[in-house]
Amino acid sequence: MQGSGAVRGSPEIEIGFTLNGRPTTVTVDPAARLLDLLRYDLGLTGTKEGCGEGECGACTVWLDGLPADSCLVPAFQAEGRDVRTIESVDPARLRALHVSGATQCGACTPGVVMTALWILENPALLESHSIREIMAGNICRCTGYDGIIEGIEDAMSGRLP
Amino acid sequence: MERIEGLAKLTGAERYVDDLAVQGALWGMTVRSPAPRGRIREIRFDPAVDWSRFTVVDHRDVPGANEVLLIEPDQPVLAADRVRHVHEPVLLLAHPSRDAVRRAVRSVQIVVDPEPAYLDFRRPPGADQVQRGDDNVIKRLKIEKGDVEAALARAARVVEGTYRTGAQEHVYLETQGMLAWEEDGVLFIKGSLQCPYYVHRAAVRALGRALDRVRIVQAPTGGGFGGKEEYPSMIALHAALLALKSGRPVKIVYDRGEDMEATTKRHPSIVRHRTGVDADGRLVAQDVEVVMDGGAYVTLSPVVLSRGIIHAAGPYRCDDVRIVGRAMFTNSPPHGAFRGFGAPQTHFANERHMDVVATAVGLDPIELRRRNLIIDGDETATGQVIADGVDRVALLDRAVELSGWAVKERDHERLARTDPWLRRGMGLACFHHGAGFTGSGEVVLASRLDVAGLPDGRVEVRSANIEMGQGTLTIFTRIAAERLGVDPSRIVIAEADTGRVPNSGPTVASRTAMVVGRLVEEACDDLRARVSRPDATGDDLRRAIVDWHAANPGAELVGRAAYEPPPGVRWDDATYRGDAYAAYGWGAYVAEVEVDLRTWGARVVDFVAVQDVGTVLHPTLARGQVQGGVAQGIGWALMEECRWKEGAMTNAQLTNYIVPTSDDLPSLRVYFEETPWPGGPLGAKGLGELPIDGPAPAVVNAIARATGAAPTEIPLTPERLMDLLDARERGRARIA
Repeated sequence: MQGSGAVRGSPEIEIGFTLNGRPTTVTVDPAARLLDLLRYDLGLTGTKEGCGEGECGACTVWLDGLPADSCLVPAFQAEGRDVRTIESVDPARLRALHVSGATQCGACTPGVVMTALWILENPALLESHSIREIMAGNICRCTGYDGIIEGIEDAMSGRLP
Repeated sequence: MERIEGLAKLTGAERYVDDLAVQGALWGMTVRSPAPRGRIREIRFDPAVDWSRFTVVDHRDVPGANEVLLIEPDQPVLAADRVRHVHEPVLLLAHPSRDAVRRAVRSVQIVVDPEPAYLDFRRPPGADQVQRGDDNVIKRLKIEKGDVEAALARAARVVEGTYRTGAQEHVYLETQGMLAWEEDGVLFIKGSLQCPYYVHRAAVRALGRALDRVRIVQAPTGGGFGGKEEYPSMIALHAALLALKSGRPVKIVYDRGEDMEATTKRHPSIVRHRTGVDADGRLVAQDVEVVMDGGAYVTLSPVVLSRGIIHAAGPYRCDDVRIVGRAMFTNSPPHGAFRGFGAPQTHFANERHMDVVATAVGLDPIELRRRNLIIDGDETATGQVIADGVDRVALLDRAVELSGWAVKERDHERLARTDPWLRRGMGLACFHHGAGFTGSGEVVLASRLDVAGLPDGRVEVRSANIEMGQGTLTIFTRIAAERLGVDPSRIVIAEADTGRVPNSGPTVASRTAMVVGRLVEEACDDLRARVSRPDATGDDLRRAIVDWHAANPGAELVGRAAYEPPPGVRWDDATYRGDAYAAYGWGAYVAEVEVDLRTWGARVVDFVAVQDVGTVLHPTLARGQVQGGVAQGIGWALMEECRWKEGAMTNAQLTNYIVPTSDDLPSLRVYFEETPWPGGPLGAKGLGELPIDGPAPAVVNAIARATGAAPTEIPLTPERLMDLLDARERGRARIA
């Protein structure tokens, strides 16, 4: 099934980037979204589309170590960059989120996890912002957020990995 | 025990329908009505497009009846000669390229000769707007107990109020989607859905197929909240029609805008109360009128109205009650199932009104409720005697105490004296929610469920009830494991595939854990009896199952259960009298809000949710259900507003349809009292919907107490609160 969201017909361009630690070369339509490149061309369907306009955060990936809404990133902008998706995450790191009830339906969850891991790897963020502020870019309709916030707190405190 | 599929979701490994790669599949899309009402004059295809490359389907391609069968067969699969709402499906297109089909949708023009649309359900229709019966009423219902007029006449005070609620969009994070393909003469439809057998029934009808030539399979479903109760049948039929015509698999996945514009929402409502109270603040008469906007087809509106009116008098004792309700046909996209199913609307009105009554009679809102809450032995509005051992006054007292109400009210008074802009207030709501289908509904459903002993000794639960985030897989696993005395790892939950599982009914109405969970227990007992080991547990049971298969090679070992109503339950559909629900969950919620008089923005700063839903089957899941429901309720109360123009939603995107983020909410404090209910598995009652009944009135009551405004409508956006407070200021200025 073909699927990228781009308007096809323009000449494709070749880009190279690091995807989950591996050098990757692909040809993309100049108007294609990074989200569609990942999901439909590369089969990495862990990254979800929730709104397609950068409001919900379900499509969050890391670009050079920073969370980004992959629905708003043209695929060609991955050129030369380091892209990390949910597929790169070691399940052992998700124990605290699992126990706290951070996931229900799961559609927002990969995006939530990518932002949560950004906090875990950059605890200095919490000197200027609360977990609730940082997670505000990831909409969850199921949990009311407490399960997510507590999971991050538990992981930060080392109570659970 | 942890959530069964939790790690798959956390790692992104769970495969939702849009994650399924299917060789040779086409993408399908829907061309929709541009007008709220009219005759289709012409469908124009842009000649610049090579249409031979597309599969095109219209109403003439529907092989069976052109109906999406639910309660009434009035809704077409594809509009034939007329349209009744904006975004009504008219034509379907499919193509291997998603981009091509997206562009093609814009290259089709549906030309409609407009007719007068009926868009405001609060006003009676004009003669040229009547489209159903002689008044556009879809359904009228009435509950009557005692003599309400006589009771009002002798009441010490009569307090009136009118309350309004807006439409609410579900915003399940996974949009709706379906995949259809034909295999050896059997049509498979797999997708995001709550009710496999609803889709099956609709498909058999519209596709004119034998029951065993259609199989509906639920894919992992990314949230539903009722939004995937009825509309999935429509999308399933569309994908099926395209697949049958093209001879290829077809996938339809809505983008967020299409999902918000075209699918169902919570019914807007207007509720009028006339309440008689005696000199002690006891309710002596409740006269209630409930009107809901059903939209352009019947869909589920009669039963949403039914649940709405049954809950409209609240969890209170009153001898003379009259509740009349009607659902209106309008040229809006049909409103439908949404968590709570009519009860949140009527609870909002009733609980907001209780605070108005308290003010009118000079009682504190806690005391007014304390005096009127049902105690065991009292009757509801339908004459149902409540005797489940729950102490509702204690729930209220506990919620008030945990909230720190008394101390905080003093703090709030001090804040109002010292801060020019910030105001805080406490608000309360008491409410109940009936679990399972209304009245005789569960008897009519006649749910069946199987539990199979597998050749390797594991046990498989086969039900049509699905996981959409609420925890069905985990709850059924726990119930079966406890009943059989085996480790949860020995339990398997079968995929909800109508070709493999019996019809245990829809995954709605807070019925899955309570009603279907009970069937899991009964089928487990039957399984044990079939291996002649009624007391076997653990390894003994595993060996008994393995031995049975050794003695009966190739045979299926299945324990079965069929729904039987709890003893003594009686209900009369004609008079709306009797036991409306087998069991009720009860709640008392307290919100503390802060209002900034510079922005008119209100924030919930603390929230206490106390409830009794019988035995809690899984503390983490149960807490998550309550917190998620409270968050949705707070969103509905304060920010979630569907804006409409000529029958179309104008803010069908998450940029300006605002739902709560983590930064909009405080930690939501959840407490359970556990009074076991003998009719439910391990003593449990239904839980899923109760938590959305209480937050809106609690929050709005708190804003009223913080500001002195008297809000009657939600969402209480900053704009609405500004208007209320400005009007009050203008009133004061005139008096001065």
